Amino acid sequence: MSAITQIPQLLVYGIVSGSILALGGIGVSLTYSILGFSNFAHGDIMALGAYIGLGLLGLFTAVGLADTPLGPLSFGPGFILAMVLAAGLTAAAMIIIDRLLFRKLRHAGPIILMMASIGLALGLRNVIQFFWGPQPHYYIARIQVAVPIPGIDARIKSDEVFIIVLAIVLVAGVHAFLRYTKMGKAMRAMADNAALARVTGINTDRVIAWTWVIGGGLAAVAGILAGVENKFITPQLGWQMLLSIFAGVILGGIGNPYGAIIGCVIIGISEEVSTAFISTGYKPAVAFVIMILMLLVRPTGILGRKA
Amino acid sequence: MEHFAGILNYIVFFAITAGTYGILSLGLNIQWGYTGLFNIGVAGFYALGAYTSALLVGPAPSAWEERTFGGFGLPFIVGLIGAALVCGIVAIIIGIPTLRLRADYLAIATIGIAESIRLVLSNESWLTNGVWGLQQIPSPLYKTIHGGADAFINAHPGLPQWLHDLIVSAYDWFYLALVLVVLFVLYLIVERLGRAPWGRVVRAIREDEDATAMLGKNTFAFKLQTLVIGAMIMGIGGSIYAHYARFISPASFKPFYGTFLIWVMLILGGSGNNRGAILGSFVVWGIWAGTEFLTRYFPVSATQAASLRIVLIALLLEVVLLWRPQGILPPCTKKLE
Repeated sequence: MSAITQIPQLLVYGIVSGSILALGGIGVSLTYSILGFSNFAHGDIMALGAYIGLGLLGLFTAVGLADTPLGPLSFGPGFILAMVLAAGLTAAAMIIIDRLLFRKLRHAGPIILMMASIGLALGLRNVIQFFWGPQPHYYIARIQVAVPIPGIDARIKSDEVFIIVLAIVLVAGVHAFLRYTKMGKAMRAMADNAALARVTGINTDRVIAWTWVIGGGLAAVAGILAGVENKFITPQLGWQMLLSIFAGVILGGIGNPYGAIIGCVIIGISEEVSTAFISTGYKPAVAFVIMILMLLVRPTGILGRKA
Repeated sequence: MEHFAGILNYIVFFAITAGTYGILSLGLNIQWGYTGLFNIGVAGFYALGAYTSALLVGPAPSAWEERTFGGFGLPFIVGLIGAALVCGIVAIIIGIPTLRLRADYLAIATIGIAESIRLVLSNESWLTNGVWGLQQIPSPLYKTIHGGADAFINAHPGLPQWLHDLIVSAYDWFYLALVLVVLFVLYLIVERLGRAPWGRVVRAIREDEDATAMLGKNTFAFKLQTLVIGAMIMGIGGSIYAHYARFISPASFKPFYGTFLIWVMLILGGSGNNRGAILGSFVVWGIWAGTEFLTRYFPVSATQAASLRIVLIALLLEVVLLWRPQGILPPCTKKLE
């Protein structure tokens, strides 16, 4: 098969992986704009969510909770419930970690917070590895047949349709939250100017807690969806996606959640389409090269404002 | 007495590793401690230095290797200098697009370059022998010293066992001396740079870059110089590592060993203080090696023990950041107000 004829299929893979990256990217972007630092632990928060989901799934299967597949999907209601609970637990874990660690370092500035997040990243990854081991764990054992997409020369699985649709729904939800709720407005105000937000009486502690709820919850969903797409998860899951997420966030304009979504989808597609032309071994470097080029041409990113 | 030689040899081995980390830590100190550049891709420069030196000094490809290039059999010193130069050039390339931007970008870019270098090392087999890595990297003066020790032992039969064991590892003693000399020379250079007007400017950049720029200093140029000098020192560290290990592969330069440990060493020892950087590398490597012995008595598997130790090092970093951010030895120079 020549490189060109593969492209429609690679585009489909790219949109799926870009949707997952975008859910991670929203959290990175919100943490950056509201808490003021690049959170290097975000990938491992995704992995944490994926493993909490795995644990819950095992629990549900053990008690015999309905796991008959939902329609054409390869998983059942037990899986959906596990995903929702994992998102909640991951969000709760992030609020606790924020209280214990980040909150006490906020006075020390963004670089110290970034460093603490790197320590947290390694800590989380190895806590996961301690309990679950380095080997892959299968999320879904059922095999699914990809069906042809009418009109283009590509196939898609119903699980992948689920990933894309869920990502769109969640992105729309975040948009509605930021746009129309009081807390959403407070978050945008704090992202614009934290000091000003504080004098106007915005409860910044609550804003920060909500930032972790949204970022952590979406990260958990992203980690679980990565498990659905790949069928298995390893403790390296989040770390492997982190560079692509950062590249996407910078490409879209760091600190702008909408930019992060666009950037992450572009990175997802570029990574997959690149495999038609260059060795798959270099796939992780594609995001990095795009990011560097963007920094050279337009450091503020696609939707970024001037610093 | 039979334990004595074993323990002493272990200490030598330990000190060679910790000393090599000390070199890397000094390189990071000039970037982070002096200037406040947040380079989290130390592993990339470390690997680049090691591979450059191994290819310059090492033998031509063997028949069983995937590699078709490199191995020039040049003297060790050429490898050491070559490693520093290549790392310096890569630092310029990475510094130009990122040093004008917020610290986050440099952090992300350096972590990206480190991962990309590891990908190149794994994929470009013609140069690097891929995941199999480079083997039979020569150690400087190995034949002379090791051969001499062997000849001495053969000429003097009936030596006590402990003396015999010490003489057999004569090369390690030599290499330790080499590491310590390199470390000391680099320490003097970095210390001198820190005291020079140049050092005052870069510390001013760390404290307040805008104010330094306002005083007419080209802060971008100073930051680039810092990045380059630090990267060159890291390259030297890589070269020192390669010629002792004699075998390097992409797996030797994973982020934990290649970057994170060095950061913890510097932060714990005291950022901005060169003696702190060196002290930190011995203390943290001591904790890392010591916990290996300790976890043998824990009812956990080897992989679990390794995870536990990494969690411990990560916790150590957080504890230092929370309760003693200046490290064991705070910077000797007063903070600019």
